Amino acid sequence: MASNVASIGGRAYPITDHTFDVVIVGAGGAGLRATVGCSQAGLRTACITKVFPTRSHTVAAQGGVAASLGNMGADNWKWHMYDTVKGSDWLGDQDAIEYLCRNAPAAVYELEHWGVPFSRTDDGRIYQRPFGGMTTDFGRGPPAQRTCAAADRTGHAMLHTLYGQAVKNSTEFFIEYFAIDLIMNSEGRCVGVVCIKMDDGTIHRFRSALTILATGGYGRAYFSATSAHTCTGDGGGMVLRAGLPLQDMEFVQFHPTGIYGAGCLITEGARGEGGYLTNSNGERFMERYAPSVKDLAPRDMVSRAMTMEIREGRGVGKNKDHIFLHLEHLEPKMLHERLPGISESAKIFAGVDVTKDPIPVLPTVHYNMGGIQTNYHGEVVTKAADGSDAVVPGLMALGEAACVSVHGANRLGSNSLIDLVVFGRAAGLRAAELVKPGEKQAELPADSANLALSRLDRYRYAKGGASTAQLRLNMQKVMQNHCAVYRTGPTLAEGSRLIHEVWASRDDVAVTDRSLIWNSDLIETLEFDNLIVQAVVTMDGAANRTESRGAHAREDFSGRDDAKWMKHTLASVDDQKRTVAIDYRPVHSYTMTTEVAYIEPKARVY
Amino acid sequence: MVEFTLPKNSRVTTGKTWPKPVGAKTVTEFRIYRWDPDDGRNPRIDTYFVDRDDCGPMVLDAIIWIKNKIDPTLTFRRSCREGICGSCSMNIDGTNTLACTKGMDEIGGVIKIYPLPHMPVVKDLVPDLTRFYTHHASIEPWLKTVTPAPEKEWRQTPEDRSKLDGLYECILCACCSTSCPSYWWNTERYLGPAALLQAYRWLIDSRDEATGERLDYIEDTFRLYRCHTILNCSKACPKGLNPAKAISEIKNMMIHRVF
Repeated sequence: MASNVASIGGRAYPITDHTFDVVIVGAGGAGLRATVGCSQAGLRTACITKVFPTRSHTVAAQGGVAASLGNMGADNWKWHMYDTVKGSDWLGDQDAIEYLCRNAPAAVYELEHWGVPFSRTDDGRIYQRPFGGMTTDFGRGPPAQRTCAAADRTGHAMLHTLYGQAVKNSTEFFIEYFAIDLIMNSEGRCVGVVCIKMDDGTIHRFRSALTILATGGYGRAYFSATSAHTCTGDGGGMVLRAGLPLQDMEFVQFHPTGIYGAGCLITEGARGEGGYLTNSNGERFMERYAPSVKDLAPRDMVSRAMTMEIREGRGVGKNKDHIFLHLEHLEPKMLHERLPGISESAKIFAGVDVTKDPIPVLPTVHYNMGGIQTNYHGEVVTKAADGSDAVVPGLMALGEAACVSVHGANRLGSNSLIDLVVFGRAAGLRAAELVKPGEKQAELPADSANLALSRLDRYRYAKGGASTAQLRLNMQKVMQNHCAVYRTGPTLAEGSRLIHEVWASRDDVAVTDRSLIWNSDLIETLEFDNLIVQAVVTMDGAANRTESRGAHAREDFSGRDDAKWMKHTLASVDDQKRTVAIDYRPVHSYTMTTEVAYIEPKARVY
Repeated sequence: MVEFTLPKNSRVTTGKTWPKPVGAKTVTEFRIYRWDPDDGRNPRIDTYFVDRDDCGPMVLDAIIWIKNKIDPTLTFRRSCREGICGSCSMNIDGTNTLACTKGMDEIGGVIKIYPLPHMPVVKDLVPDLTRFYTHHASIEPWLKTVTPAPEKEWRQTPEDRSKLDGLYECILCACCSTSCPSYWWNTERYLGPAALLQAYRWLIDSRDEATGERLDYIEDTFRLYRCHTILNCSKACPKGLNPAKAISEIKNMMIHRVF
């Protein structure tokens, strides 16, 4: 540790310097798994997190983690791969999807060996439940039971177990440190990150051979999201400011069953265990939209079906603006054993006893398929001048913050938890190859903390006319009203104009709290700054993509257009001029090995 | 050394009364503990009025409403807002609980909010939980086995798995430990109900093979036996868990332990 003082805006900011082999930002499932891997590889590893690790949003994942263990019937990772490719509406990169599905079973056994309290079958194996879009025999067979569950608290069970492993491996945690900006050198290498320690306001500069962003999604760009208040996509904001693009940001997943009003999640596992949706006629309408898999269709399709039912006047409730999820026909004993968490949530947030009445639900923003572009080792890549993928040295991204892309245009339920541990593990393995423990690192550029500190200082003393909360609400309403389940050109054009206005109004922000000790007004402002740039590229990406694919449903371009749009969007911003630039890269039309062939695009029907 | 005076900053003073929202029909009064470490003054109780028609039903909705609309300096932790992350634990209406799952309707009259009791305060409703986390880590919350791991999963019968129910669901919100008078007096050495509940979670896991080692660590006048079955812990737990029962189960294991 060393000290240094930076002068910003005429004010002195003392800096505490740290050097590590690897710095991981974020302590959710992916961040912790990578932390454990790097520690076990003998690398000096720091894990920086703005919340205590077990508060990370992985904790809220409910239904389970997908892996073809075959405990409940025949299964095969190739079937899982097929389902994931089809679920992604062919936007997923099949080399990465192969890596995910092949390595999924081992990753789940590892979690079990570390102590995750999975629910059990009668013969003592890990219990697996059906989930949307998970089938057998390349879509030809009945639904697969592939989703490994710890009741309906799988994310909680995993996160607490991973935290235990990190403690066991003597991880150096920096808890309640907020990462402000990456440090990039003149060759485009990431050489560390600048943070503020929230409980005393001191600035900490971490120098590292490798920086891994595992900062989660940016669900809070929307007004109604299952995401936690802390899901502000801080890594995505940092990457955009570093001049790198984000990939496929227009693909935002709406979870069909957020509790009406509160937005809290009711797991898809509720339908996996036999729950179903009805409209105001009491009709099980999913039978019309997905005749074979019905209520277990992928989330994008169920959310569209629900929206259509409501639009056509068949919503339930006083305002006919939501849908019912029924569990009351299921055995109370089963509900108690397998769905205790959501039974409690329904009681608290909807006042519903699930053994007697249906739960009022509505599609709610849940997951960002888009994010920081990486390869399946977790390394951040960007487009080289010749159009090829070029690794950004010193930088990795994982989990919801990343876009590998295994989820493509639509993620299947329970594929996110497996994404965290498979690629968290992959990052640890890659880090061990790339970094020599204790290797000497170059001196940081002299101005390495300037970007971070100038932003911090500007917001700390911001005296504009609109509070952070007001600006955030403006952004959330624009996103909710103009970039939702169904999208059309004119609404998106209007949305783009409005979201750029919110971006411009950022200069007029007012921060009231001037202290440096637990200044949550300031932290929320930095978080808003991360959210708004991602909101902008989401909206502009959606306006730009004139086709319908997965979660991106255009009413004015209702079909998938493989000829024109079988490609990833790469969106970058100039945060000073407040402009967006959109570029593309091809979807990988190859697999990782020859053991499995590229799955050719076809119509996505269930 | 006996202290005859209250520690610094322990006397709470009357703070500011913020204006009532204009035009609000249904208003709930909140009295909230404030302490700003920067100004060197004693803590104060600020009074706020929340427009219930403009605000969600939970106490967390109300304090976020206050932060967004009245006073952005009000400081508290929050994240998931659905009772699973354990961030927003605080003392509401005299009880430690989660602000996000506590309905305002459950409370009659003025709603009083303080930080979790007997923890050092960082600012306003944010306590320093470092020691609480250290206690949790000290029970070594991970599976320990000596038998070589199987290729696939360890087998566990549904009956053995059900023994973890009511234990593994703990969210480390600290409501139980910070409601325990014995934990208040012996915070340095008594592990407290949350850590002991987790200790029992691993002791009773049929896959774990370190029972003796775990019991050795806990068997201590302070670490375990400062539990005097006051049961505040079980009363406080916002997840409906029963740490006191888990502690008594551990004591039972100690009695029946064969050396």
